[in-house]
Amino acid sequence: MSVDTRVNLGGLQLKNPILTASGTFGYGLEFAQFGHLKELGGIVVKGLSLKPRQGNPCPRIVETPCGMLNAIGLQNIGIENFLKYKLPYLPFQETAIVVNLYAQSEEEFAALASLLKKEEGIAALEVNISCPNVKQGGIQFGQNPVLAAKVIEGVKKNAGTKPVIVKLSPNVTDIKEIAKAVIDAGADILSLINTLGGMAVDIWTRKPALKNVFGGLSGPAIKPIALKMVYEVCSNFNVPVIGIGGISCIEDVLEFMLVGAGAVQVGSANFKRPSLSFELVHQLPEIMRKLGISGFQEWIGRLKT
Amino acid sequence: MFNKTLRVIDVQRIDNAPLAHLFLETLSLDFKPGQFVMLRPCQWEYDPFWPRPFSICTQDEHNMHIFLQIVGRGTQKLAYLQPGDEVDCWGPLGNGFEFAVDEDLLVLAGGMGLAPFIALSRKHPNPQKIRLVFGHRLDLDCYPWHLIPAEVEKVALQQETQTALKDFEKRLQEEIFSHSGKVFACGPRPFLQVVYKYARQAKADAYISLENKMACGIGACLGCVTKTKQGYKQTCVHGPVFSVHDLEDF
Repeated sequence: MSVDTRVNLGGLQLKNPILTASGTFGYGLEFAQFGHLKELGGIVVKGLSLKPRQGNPCPRIVETPCGMLNAIGLQNIGIENFLKYKLPYLPFQETAIVVNLYAQSEEEFAALASLLKKEEGIAALEVNISCPNVKQGGIQFGQNPVLAAKVIEGVKKNAGTKPVIVKLSPNVTDIKEIAKAVIDAGADILSLINTLGGMAVDIWTRKPALKNVFGGLSGPAIKPIALKMVYEVCSNFNVPVIGIGGISCIEDVLEFMLVGAGAVQVGSANFKRPSLSFELVHQLPEIMRKLGISGFQEWIGRLKT
Repeated sequence: MFNKTLRVIDVQRIDNAPLAHLFLETLSLDFKPGQFVMLRPCQWEYDPFWPRPFSICTQDEHNMHIFLQIVGRGTQKLAYLQPGDEVDCWGPLGNGFEFAVDEDLLVLAGGMGLAPFIALSRKHPNPQKIRLVFGHRLDLDCYPWHLIPAEVEKVALQQETQTALKDFEKRLQEEIFSHSGKVFACGPRPFLQVVYKYARQAKADAYISLENKMACGIGACLGCVTKTKQGYKQTCVHGPVFSVHDLEDF
């Protein structure tokens, strides 16, 4: 049986539904030695801001059961350095390069969108309104439907024809509320979930394991929460969703799509095995055949409840 | 760059010491002393989550030898692997130690920090150019001291008390100030902090290998960064070996 791995998310065409999540795949090039980047459905690069950022003091990461906490604080080289020194070396003609955007104000977000709207190598923008590790911006937008809507309206106005993905935080009472606000503001695609707020402490030093005290939890530990939130959003809104949260094996990919995600992002699992995302792409046709589907339109959102 | 699943050939734990030798199928890779590999046993599945970084102690046509200290869950599990168990391995990673074969090297090792210098002294075509000062807490025979070539001018000093530690600090100061060539150091952070302090005072051409926690080993996670004059840099790709004059806030 021949299978077609392509997916279409509201105009964003992907050769397969497997993307790599922002913050876990560097600028993509770091992983070129472990597989062919062009085989991926897409690459979401590390969150970029208008100016380079140094990030938070160390320690910034700590391992936890079946996962990890991070408080990197969006260290990045800045949008201009990315466009000049990284993007030209990425296979943007063969796979979707998605830029994850971080800013501290609506105006900065709009300025980033404006800078990128004519960049041919960029397939879509992912607006990060959900980083828990920065003092300004990030989650303050992601937890407030009014502010989130304003940010997205500004980005949409300046992004030209680029699809705008909004990355949602799970650190809210009701994810549907924020989802509705950004959809109404023009979001083309939603991606969820970002990390869950968490902390770890060391009883021998009596110190928090992270200098920032709080961090974002990721990895297989958060998968059930992510799956629920993706399902909630997909079953309440008619908007393409990219599922994120602890995806570590091919079955996880199919699970997120079954509850409604049109594509997924592999995050922390890239650390435990740098060739993992490439391997998942290779495993797609076989599992599709085993499940008896020739394309994902027969699978996405077909959960029997 | 290799990215392979290797079988465990042997594990030798040291009696009454939290140390172990892990022998893996050889990669026949060309590596620089001070470079490292990431190791993650396949049986870990999702927990422990991260791979662990280790410098390569020795490598020949039969095996790759990793000398490790049991410090937490990951290293504990690594030390109890069985022959035949599979381990994902990628590397060699990082920059390693840079030197010319005819220059005099002062090598300062603290405890586990001996591991990369076993590779360095065995790969060095003129091991007589190396002066090695090794500070250790456990008995010397717990460490693979015998793997250091005889030509190396070597001194081992045990520190079991605070007084001995103070004496060792003084010794490090003297060694650094009396040496005119390159200085290399690897060991626990308090040891490296002493080396860092005196090497900067002496304006020595000194390099230290950092042991920061890493999630990926390839520059992607930004978790292992250290503060340099040029800002935060990933220890895994810009290090683990840094000039003491480039490091800040160490």
